[in-house]
Amino acid sequence: MTEMILTLFNGISLGSILLLIALGLAITFGLMNVINMAHGELIMVGAYITYLVQNIFMQYAPEKYFDLYFILSIPLALIVAAGVGVLLEVSLIRHLYKRPLDSLLATWGVGLILQQLARTIFGAPNVGVQSPSFLNGGLELGSITFPYSRIFILLLSLICLACIFYYFYRTASGRRVRAVMQNRQMAECLGVSTRKVDMLTFAIGSGLAGVAGCALTLLGAIGPTIGTSYIIDAFMVVVVGGVGALFGAVAGAFGIGIFNTIFEFLTNATLGKVLIFILIIAFLQWRPSGIVINRSRSLD
Amino acid sequence: MISQKLFNNRIIFSVILILLLFAPLFLTDFRLNLLGKFLAFAILAIGLDLLWGYTGVLSLGHGIFFGLGAYAMAMYLKLEATGGQLPDFMAWSGMSELPLIWIPFQYPIVAIALGILIPAAIAFFLGYLTFRNRISGVYFTILSQALVLVLVTLFVGAQNLTGGTSGLTNFKTLFGYSVNSPASQMVFYFITVGVLAIIFISCRILVKGRFGKVLVGIRDGENRMRFLGYNPSTYKTFVYTLSAAIAGIAGMLFVLQVGIISPTMIGIIPSIEMVLWVALGGRGTLIGPVIGAVFVNAAKTGFSESYPEFWTYFLGLMFVLVVVFLPKGITGLFTKWKERRQKQNDTASIEVSKSYSRL
Repeated sequence: MTEMILTLFNGISLGSILLLIALGLAITFGLMNVINMAHGELIMVGAYITYLVQNIFMQYAPEKYFDLYFILSIPLALIVAAGVGVLLEVSLIRHLYKRPLDSLLATWGVGLILQQLARTIFGAPNVGVQSPSFLNGGLELGSITFPYSRIFILLLSLICLACIFYYFYRTASGRRVRAVMQNRQMAECLGVSTRKVDMLTFAIGSGLAGVAGCALTLLGAIGPTIGTSYIIDAFMVVVVGGVGALFGAVAGAFGIGIFNTIFEFLTNATLGKVLIFILIIAFLQWRPSGIVINRSRSLD
Repeated sequence: MISQKLFNNRIIFSVILILLLFAPLFLTDFRLNLLGKFLAFAILAIGLDLLWGYTGVLSLGHGIFFGLGAYAMAMYLKLEATGGQLPDFMAWSGMSELPLIWIPFQYPIVAIALGILIPAAIAFFLGYLTFRNRISGVYFTILSQALVLVLVTLFVGAQNLTGGTSGLTNFKTLFGYSVNSPASQMVFYFITVGVLAIIFISCRILVKGRFGKVLVGIRDGENRMRFLGYNPSTYKTFVYTLSAAIAGIAGMLFVLQVGIISPTMIGIIPSIEMVLWVALGGRGTLIGPVIGAVFVNAAKTGFSESYPEFWTYFLGLMFVLVVVFLPKGITGLFTKWKERRQKQNDTASIEVSKSYSRL
């Protein structure tokens, strides 16, 4: 029983990380039909920002304020990653609009360059980030311990989800994003600046990746390839979840996270990966366009 | 007129083939071995181009089909090298007898057949199950990449069966002949050139006919083809299976010449590098991928000899530049140049005729 609860908790925790990563991917994919292969490297940017902020605090800040570095690095990671994302959108992706496979390859090239850049600047070995003291230890319930860091990540991703939900469904700007997502040409005719919407959405998606990177520093050492280990699972979330609604991403992320952990618990890490892939293929036989289908009459 | 005839595809192909056949006269054993390796990659690139350039389906997972072929050949070579005994890594992981899946690989013909059939079968299943549901475009690309991740993890994880991260190496003989001697390397080189020529010509026959037209039709307007009564998913599944089988053949030729296969050679990054060969050479032509594969790998060897860390920057930059500025690759540049020449010739002849009429 204890083990089962713990497995479930780990699954939910993995799901929350995937959600944080996949939210950005799903939004940009739903809007522009662009899969940003450099998304994993935006996670890396967020993680290294956290590392840098930590180092600055270690050197200049009084020791009792050290824990504040983490609080500060979340918005900073968001802003820097969003900036990198906007740069990417303006300089590259907007030129490849309507060529989804090409933009996939080009962004992969950018990701590779960013990864190597990190290797040149910070060195190939992983670097450690010291978790803030208030996230050490865990919540003890009976004989089970839930680490605070994982609870924090879960809360963080839920807060991000709530913010995105509020933005999409309760603000004028979010309404414009949804309009473009549903029918780009019609939205354009009605005076929505699709250029601005694209840029803004891309910034949000990239910013979320930065936050995810910041969160990942709580779970272990960070290196240039930190993003790649999660990114394919995050792509799977987009495939399973479908595009056009946030609910798909949420269900996909927690579904994959929980099943992944359960399979790995029942078999082993390698076989678990095979099983989850087979499960995804099987699921797509039942729902080829994912959990949430954006119904429209357009064909191509 | 002469210059235009000169660039006829058939002539280019013959010139390249003759150059390749006479290459052993000019190259050292080491360079010849490298060229043979590049040509094995070129074979794979033709198959990948059939899928991407003609049918419009991008697979980021061809490394795994290449790897399955390579492993099939390597397993046979390994068993031949140990002479009926257990391979060393199996003994280390505490196994006492040959595992069941290794037993068919004792026989060379079976091993070669499996090296083609296993990748084809996996591609058929994945292709059938996805294309049937009209999962296409980016979705399929992501799934094909996930396939690499899953299978490579499996290869690394099943250390007692596959040799884990260090892969399979230390081969000695094939059909009783030493694998590493210069003479047999020369034979492997000629076999590779022969296979390349056969695959090139058969793919050319395939795409020049009605079948190729259907593929291009699917690429440019899948739904229109469907309305015209074709079933795109059957065609896509077939081409995906075919290109996986070609990748398997390439893998077998690769392992014969390189003498080692390990999971790092078939993972996500090598798989996506393969796409670059096709993109740089020129998708939608058959000669383009061959040129691209040889060119990129020659560049890679050159770079890795002098500046290993710059190769990654270069690779990334090439992806961006090729996609943005050279969507049709090197062959695209070539056609553009040819068209411009032709236009110049046309305008020149018009002026001549005008001046005649004035007289």
